[in-house]
Amino acid sequence: MEAVIVKNLVKIYGKDKTAVDDVSFRINQGEIFGLIGPDGAGKTSIFRVLTTLLLPDGGSASVDGFDVVKDYKQIRSKVGYMPGKFSLYQDLSVEENLNFFATIFNTTVKENYHLIKNIYIQLEPFKSRKAGQLSGGMKQKLALCCALIHKPTVLFLDEPTTGVDPVSRKEFWEMLKQLKSQQITIVVSTPYMDEANMCDRIALIQSGKLLSIDSPKNIITSYPEQLYAVKANNMHVLLKVLRKYEQVMSSYAFGEFAHVSFKDPGFNPDQAITYLKDQGLSDIELKKTAVTIEDCFIKLL
Amino acid sequence: MRTIKFLLQKEFRQIFRNRSILGMVIFMPIVQLIVLPLAANYEVKNISVAVIDNDHSSFSRKLIAKVTSSGYFRLTGYNFSFNQAYQLIERDKADLILEIPQNFERNLIRENEQKLFVAVNAINGTKANLGSVYLMNVIQDFNGEVRLQFIQSHRFNQQPIIDVAASNWYNPMLDYHIFMVPGILATLVTMIGCFLTALNIVKEKEVGTIEQINVTPIKKHHFILGKLIPFWILGNVVFTLGLIIAWLVYGIVPVGNLLLLYGFITVYLLAVSGFGLLISTFCESQQQAMFVMFFFIMIFILMGGLFTSVDSMPDWAKIVTRFNPVSYLIEVMRMIILKGSGLKNVLPQLGIISLFAIIFNGWAIFNYKKTG
Repeated sequence: MEAVIVKNLVKIYGKDKTAVDDVSFRINQGEIFGLIGPDGAGKTSIFRVLTTLLLPDGGSASVDGFDVVKDYKQIRSKVGYMPGKFSLYQDLSVEENLNFFATIFNTTVKENYHLIKNIYIQLEPFKSRKAGQLSGGMKQKLALCCALIHKPTVLFLDEPTTGVDPVSRKEFWEMLKQLKSQQITIVVSTPYMDEANMCDRIALIQSGKLLSIDSPKNIITSYPEQLYAVKANNMHVLLKVLRKYEQVMSSYAFGEFAHVSFKDPGFNPDQAITYLKDQGLSDIELKKTAVTIEDCFIKLL
Repeated sequence: MRTIKFLLQKEFRQIFRNRSILGMVIFMPIVQLIVLPLAANYEVKNISVAVIDNDHSSFSRKLIAKVTSSGYFRLTGYNFSFNQAYQLIERDKADLILEIPQNFERNLIRENEQKLFVAVNAINGTKANLGSVYLMNVIQDFNGEVRLQFIQSHRFNQQPIIDVAASNWYNPMLDYHIFMVPGILATLVTMIGCFLTALNIVKEKEVGTIEQINVTPIKKHHFILGKLIPFWILGNVVFTLGLIIAWLVYGIVPVGNLLLLYGFITVYLLAVSGFGLLISTFCESQQQAMFVMFFFIMIFILMGGLFTSVDSMPDWAKIVTRFNPVSYLIEVMRMIILKGSGLKNVLPQLGIISLFAIIFNGWAIFNYKKTG
């Protein structure tokens, strides 16, 4: 059973600003599905269409079997949505926000407390504090609680970890894993490639177009070439020289290394080292490296 | 019902936590009703008058004494030529010039006729207008006294004279406050209704909370009602405060039925809050809403008959005032508070305001979209 079906979705802002360009994907029930892409790729637009906040200009989409245009009322009582921007009432306390959202969904905090228990326990000491005075990570947790309080079947999280410190980010993903075990489908978007591995399946998206949909593992294993990481005394020169080298298929900076792949599968990397030395570089280090989602993304561009 | 209850609870929590709103609701009526009617006074006093006395007779002196002793005028110059006096006007030292011609006394006695010249600085229209009228009255009075001195009064006037005795109904002393206070109260109630509602919804848009609300199954009319009711109640609170101040400070007690007054305010507040809602559906930020609102409030107040009477406006302006809810409220407030009008008298206004309420709110609900 599929929780979300998107078919040839198109969203155009103004006259010709295409935010979502003919996107199709299916999300299975109970999986964590990640929309991975840089800022401005169209992730938020897709989310807003799926949460019935935006009308699509073409194609169709359904959530839990309900059409986003026709059956928007059913969808609104079934999904949880956490926008990228913190949008709870800053002048209400943690407890009041939670109670408020429970009430407008015609439920009570007590009824679905089991869903948020693990998260809410961390918030409990601050329950009378105003939401606006919480730290970034706490705000995210509260927003997640509020999005969960009506026991949604599908949870939409739009860049939930943007602007959150690494420890909180890790915690946040742990929470999502727990929620998954409660049979809640989670659709999450993120610009961070490293978070992609936490998802069951991901869709790589760029400029409104889908580049690839698969599990992170499959995407990585389908990377066709052997990838090497190269380091030398001068990164700038190294990149320039690599680009000129005819054997190189692609090369780009990746942290303190440059990632390189070669055209010929049987290529001997020692040849490359000699070439680089000839070009006047020293302290050369060249090793095989594991492919990451980011490499796949760059490859697909 | 339960949803509305919770929406209201949330709304009131937010209002009570917002010190500036609470402060405004209590402070604004007090300041505006106590300060404004005292400061914005139609009565013109201290009109500076420059006199050119070319006669220097006992009559001319008497006339000058009469002018200055009236209490409205202040003698700022006693000049010998018009040019000299005109300089005073140029330097804004004088508002009026009264020129007494040569042989004023002689001609008056001999020929029973004399002319005076009055020049008015008309930059401040109201002051000039009223000043010259006051001066005419003083001179006319003087004229009467002079006649008495010369002409033996007959048992009957030789010429028929119509003497007009005027009596001011509903405001016998022509007390300016009695006239202004209900008007200012009307604008106050309007501002509370319009501004607070508009800004509140736009704030939800600005902060993004409306996004979160929009994905909930909450009904459109529930949401709108949840926004209308708190400010409708606040409007009534401000109005009550205003009435109490009017009574304590100015001794104005509504002559008409209080219930009728509140009934009208109830409908009126629905109309202006609806207007605020409507504006909020068009605006994205509080700044936008504020400016748009100011534009309308200025027109509403200046064309509402608070400062200038609607009856003396040109015809096109009269048509504009028909679309101005404030003009109806000011009219009705004065009718009920000062005149004691009953339901029958204010029924037309009540009907029109109800129509406003339906149109504004209907349009606002229609325009408020949960989907972009």
